[in-house]
Amino acid sequence: MSDLLSVTGLTKRFQSGGGLFQRPRAMMAVREVSFTLARGEVLGVVGESGCGKSTLARLVLRLIEPTGGELRFDGTDLRALSPAALRKMRQRMAMVFQDPYSSLDPRFTLAQILAEPFAVQGQTPPDPGAMLETVGLPATMAQSHPHQLSGGQRQRVGIARALALSPDLVVLDEPTASLDVSIQAQIVALLTRLRQDRGLTYLFISHDLGLVRYFCDRVLVMYLGAVVEVLPRADAPPRHPYTAALQASAFVPDPAQRRTLAALTGEIPSPFDLPPGCAFAGRCPRASDLCRTRRPALDQGPHPVACFHPLKD
Amino acid sequence: MNFPVMKAFRHPIPALSALWLVLVILAAILADLSPYDYDIQALSEAYRSPSAAHWLGTDEFGRDLLTRLIHGARTSLSVSVTAIAISVACGMALGAAAAWFGGWFDRAVTVTVDLTWSFPEILIALILVAIIGPGTTGTMVAIAVAYLAQFTRLTRAQILTLKGETFIEAARSLGAGNTHILTRHLLPNALAPVLVSAMLATGDAIILEATLGFFGLGAQPPVPSWGGMMSAGSALIFKAPWIIIFPGLMVAVTVVAINLAGDALVASLDIKAKLRGPI
Repeated sequence: MSDLLSVTGLTKRFQSGGGLFQRPRAMMAVREVSFTLARGEVLGVVGESGCGKSTLARLVLRLIEPTGGELRFDGTDLRALSPAALRKMRQRMAMVFQDPYSSLDPRFTLAQILAEPFAVQGQTPPDPGAMLETVGLPATMAQSHPHQLSGGQRQRVGIARALALSPDLVVLDEPTASLDVSIQAQIVALLTRLRQDRGLTYLFISHDLGLVRYFCDRVLVMYLGAVVEVLPRADAPPRHPYTAALQASAFVPDPAQRRTLAALTGEIPSPFDLPPGCAFAGRCPRASDLCRTRRPALDQGPHPVACFHPLKD
Repeated sequence: MNFPVMKAFRHPIPALSALWLVLVILAAILADLSPYDYDIQALSEAYRSPSAAHWLGTDEFGRDLLTRLIHGARTSLSVSVTAIAISVACGMALGAAAAWFGGWFDRAVTVTVDLTWSFPEILIALILVAIIGPGTTGTMVAIAVAYLAQFTRLTRAQILTLKGETFIEAARSLGAGNTHILTRHLLPNALAPVLVSAMLATGDAIILEATLGFFGLGAQPPVPSWGGMMSAGSALIFKAPWIIIFPGLMVAVTVVAINLAGDALVASLDIKAKLRGPI
């Protein structure tokens, strides 16, 4: 399998404040993130809210300008593309958004929403009914407005819009997070079917470890903007104490299997003011003095982890 | 306009208001059908109180008051509506540009708008009429500028809110350019609240037009305007009170009708906004 997407040292620094009497504060939303995504693969990105996973999704699609790093899509350097070339390239990469309520223009009919990708690329839109049917909606809905649809139906429209131009890469930014559990399963099933039918490659952003385990081939675990572990298989045992804590906090549907939740103690450090050592050291049961003074780098190997005291496999 | 908007006018008060507005507009359009002329003086007929021949009486030059009132409607309505239309167009462009470009341009627009906002509209209008000169063009421009801040502010706020919506990011992720996002998403979504506020502002503009007319700065004689007629009648308030009462009533009832109809429109659009539906 060839790499469809290759990301090296991707960094995003946000500046805020900076008025008359205030020095601007910088925050590293995404810090030196590197990964590759093979054609046809599903790569999960998990982490708590605020860990930079949504920013990463937008950086990959160049919806936000990176501060540093390299971004290659199918061999092309995305950061070197002219605005016109980037616009054309957008046919090959699409995004499904978290909130299906605000991701569709309330004034548009479904037919207009599905015609938009073609309109902005200067193409003639095909029959919207057929596009609705590929995501399991009746073709007769084409003249409806989004407010007449349920959340799950809207998300299906969002998926149909993302797939309209037959992209290679689809970035899924928590596509099920704002849906009911029963609807979540339907959407995941739809995404699985579409991937098989069309050979899609997914970058799947989520905070739901259970879903990621079911859906993804490999998983990046992010903490405060940096990748702390890359799980080579979605069900691989964690090596980083943070991943272990995340997995331990996941809700187990079977009551017999439930353990007492090992809640993480301590506060997440402010992203504006990161400690010098490992960002997780303050909450980590295995932290030593070394962790508090030096920042561990992601080691290279079959199961990379950024930790001085990883758990045994 | 589709069904839910029309529903707002099913209740008696909004319906009566709309009916009154339709009547005034029809009268203004058909003003020339009156058997009298608005500018021919007949001094022998002066100061007639309301009668079968002159329904609302005659003024100090013997001109039929009703005829002058409906010709005045033509002046007042066309000046106010045109002024508000100019104001809305410029305000939307300015507000959208400020919200879109941000930076120093946004700050400059915001500061200017806040400054003009702190002056009474009548003061801005008086200064502008003094510069441009009295007459319908002068009052039109003056009213348009006086209300510019309101529409600029409203559009800017709307666009700023809409800019953060995910559907804008979604359009961008598909490869949409700035023109597409502005004309297909931002402006159409900002339009409804601006139009409702424009309707309510038209009521205020009629009062402002009448005020300028009262000061003798509006349409110049013999062309009638409601404010000008009130001004002429004010000197004769004890001798021939109908000369000032009827134009005054006309302004009051028309403005109240606009506000009531506008309120009904706001209420009906709010319901739609909750559903996040189209206008």
